[in-house]
Amino acid sequence: MEQTIFYILAGVIIIATLFAITEKHPVHAIIYLVTSFFALAVVFYQLAAPLIAMFEVIIYAGAVMVLFMFVIMMLDLGSEKDAKRPTLTHCIPALVLAGVILVSLSLLAFKQSGAPPIVSPLLSIKDFALSLFGKYGVAIEIISMQLLFAVVGVLYLGRRRKL
Amino acid sequence: MIVPLSHLLILASILFSLGLICVLIWRSNIIMILIGIEIMLNAAMLVFVSGSNYWGDVDGQVFALMIIAMTSAEVSLALAMVVYLHRRNKTVNVDDLRELKD
Repeated sequence: MEQTIFYILAGVIIIATLFAITEKHPVHAIIYLVTSFFALAVVFYQLAAPLIAMFEVIIYAGAVMVLFMFVIMMLDLGSEKDAKRPTLTHCIPALVLAGVILVSLSLLAFKQSGAPPIVSPLLSIKDFALSLFGKYGVAIEIISMQLLFAVVGVLYLGRRRKL
Repeated sequence: MIVPLSHLLILASILFSLGLICVLIWRSNIIMILIGIEIMLNAAMLVFVSGSNYWGDVDGQVFALMIIAMTSAEVSLALAMVVYLHRRNKTVNVDDLRELKD
């Protein structure tokens, strides 16, 4: 049951991301990407990380993608006619890379023997919080400084100048 | 573990390579480059969370949370820069965005 749901979700993630990166219209690409992030959040939930799943939905799909959408609509990039499609010479390195990755992944996938999954101990949110604020307390402080610097930088870049 | 770790790693590497391909294909449009970076960071988060589940350790989830915080800071700064440069140059083509100076 869980395995079937996981493989369906993996298919949804890959197809939605594929549509997102081949879409010419940026707003449609954002919508496909939100679909992919929701499916990824369910995968995180299946991997016993409910808090990360919630943050994925709230911050990625809710805040970051809406920020993208906001900027695209504010700059009016969606209706632009000259959103030119990349030419074939642009696509050649990407196609070569895709071929190499596909071949190496399929070699790896057929070579591995399919060991049975091990039973891992259950992780609760309490363990997560203890590790986050105990062992990694300094990292939390550094991240708060980083967010503060980001706010300062955004305010500096976004201020109205007298032209 | 619901599925073997290798399946999760294969999914994450496919996702990462899709993000890299997005950056390579759309390297003239800065919005699509940022979207490709988002996809790649999501693949990294998937690896962290699946490793956390595999070894029964919460450190992977902590670092996934840090990736989320780092991404929100990065995207807000990058999009503010896009708005600023678009206000000056009226374009989002990377080749035309060369200087940040007034």
